[in-house]
Amino acid sequence: MTRLATQDLIINVPGRSAGTALNLTIEPGQVWGVLGPNGAGKTTLLHTLAGLNAPRSGQVLIGNTPLSQLRRRQVAQRLGLVFQERLDGFPATVLETALIGRHPYLSLWQMEGADDYARAAAALEALDVAHLRHRLVNTLSGGERQRVAMATVLTQAPNIWLADEPTNHLDLHHQSAVMALMAEQAAQGSAVMMCLHDLNLAARWCDHILLLYPSGEACWGPRDTMLVPRALESLYRQKLAVVEVEGAPVFVPLKG
Amino acid sequence: MVARLWQPLGLLALIAVAAMLFSLAVGSAQLSAAQLWAVVQGQGDALARTMVIELRLPRALSAFAVGGLLAVAGALMQVLLRNPLADPYVLGISGGASIGALAAMLAGVGGVLMSGSAFIGALLSTFLVFGLAHGSGGWTPSRLLLTGVVVAAGWGAVITLMLALSPAERLPGMLYWLMGDLSYARAPWPPLLLLMATCVLLIPLGRSLNVLARGPQQAAALGVDVRPLEWGIYIAASLLTAAAVTTAGSIGFVGLVVPHMLRLLLGNDQRLILPACALAGGTLLVLADTLARTMIAPEQLPVGVITALLGVPTFLFLLYRSR
Repeated sequence: MTRLATQDLIINVPGRSAGTALNLTIEPGQVWGVLGPNGAGKTTLLHTLAGLNAPRSGQVLIGNTPLSQLRRRQVAQRLGLVFQERLDGFPATVLETALIGRHPYLSLWQMEGADDYARAAAALEALDVAHLRHRLVNTLSGGERQRVAMATVLTQAPNIWLADEPTNHLDLHHQSAVMALMAEQAAQGSAVMMCLHDLNLAARWCDHILLLYPSGEACWGPRDTMLVPRALESLYRQKLAVVEVEGAPVFVPLKG
Repeated sequence: MVARLWQPLGLLALIAVAAMLFSLAVGSAQLSAAQLWAVVQGQGDALARTMVIELRLPRALSAFAVGGLLAVAGALMQVLLRNPLADPYVLGISGGASIGALAAMLAGVGGVLMSGSAFIGALLSTFLVFGLAHGSGGWTPSRLLLTGVVVAAGWGAVITLMLALSPAERLPGMLYWLMGDLSYARAPWPPLLLLMATCVLLIPLGRSLNVLARGPQQAAALGVDVRPLEWGIYIAASLLTAAAVTTAGSIGFVGLVVPHMLRLLLGNDQRLILPACALAGGTLLVLADTLARTMIAPEQLPVGVITALLGVPTFLFLLYRSR
């Protein structure tokens, strides 16, 4: 159980002069959704939280320790990141791809053991890609690759999940399945934050929302205070209609 | 899991030993298996012993070491740049070494001085490419590759210029060096020890290299300290190439083709591929060199020609058959 927090964090987006300093605390059990138009800095924010990008100012805390004081390996044992884009230079199988999630836990001379294989197999099962385990990743469809990427982080078993558009390329059934998996991780004590483009998934599955504006301004809070049509309309510069389904708001973009 | 690694490696090691014995037995004077066995036991007639122990063995060991070094260096460069076309020759390292060696030949010096000159040329080229690719920002794989290709083209022009300006009696020696030549390789132990040390040092890094092959950001997210690892690979690959080129001249193709062949056959686990490259690269060059000195004996062919003639059809066949 580890929380992720930021202190006066300003992310480093090239060409942006200022922005709201972020003071977020993502507690274990919470699911945060990050919403914003293209280029608002959602991916940069996640990469900064994972320590891949240096912040312009402020700092990130994992538990009570500043991220900058942890070794990369220690960070990887606590925090997992699902990338939006993947490049596979050389072909590798689905099982091998999931197994690299164990890298942070193995010492230099150690080979993956039965336990590591069991975790990878369970993760592939959970993401519904176990039947593909001997296929090469570069022969899979976009949605299958997305699920394999999720399986890699599930094999990594971090306490903090950061996911950059985890529902990209997924069909409707698998979108729901992946969101349910994230909610389940939170219920088991993980802190979860994900970038989303689908307001309706955010409304249904997230309990906290962070709105990122292209200017660098930001606001955040519990879902019901953030998902108000007027704020979303100014965020996306798009007129919206709202209806309610199963107790959650559903946002529909209007023509014109 | 461990068996999965040892099976192919054991097989490759057996093939390597067989190739080595073959190269000891054949030549201008053929030895039977019985004669070779006698020599190995320290018996047999003096002529056969001298021929095997003082002529053929050092040459075969040198060939093995050079082939292994080139193949491992190629495999490392391909992981570093995540580009299947990368290899020490493409990146201009061997071009720098060639200039050093040719300059020494023009000056009329040989032996250790020529080796030293080639080694310095390789290192200078390495730092030139890396420094220029680094530029004002950080380096990216494509920028490093492009810088290397352009520097290599520049070295090619300088080599042609040196050849054009050389006195005619020096030309054959220089051309043979440029095409790769093991007939002067008499000290197999330095490159062989370097190859063994490299393989041992790379075993613990294999998994990190597997992760790095998925891209630097993914590697960092999984706990790899990317920058030191990338620097280490680049320097190691350059040193290996410099040592190989210094021993045997400029032998192309091994560093590019051997890693690819093995990937097509064995998959992409660097913990398996890197030692397999050492064994298979060594074997390929031992066989190529044996052919080079026997095909039109007593004349010798440049070994680089044979590696290409053996490697090209094998590689194309594997590529054609692959998924």
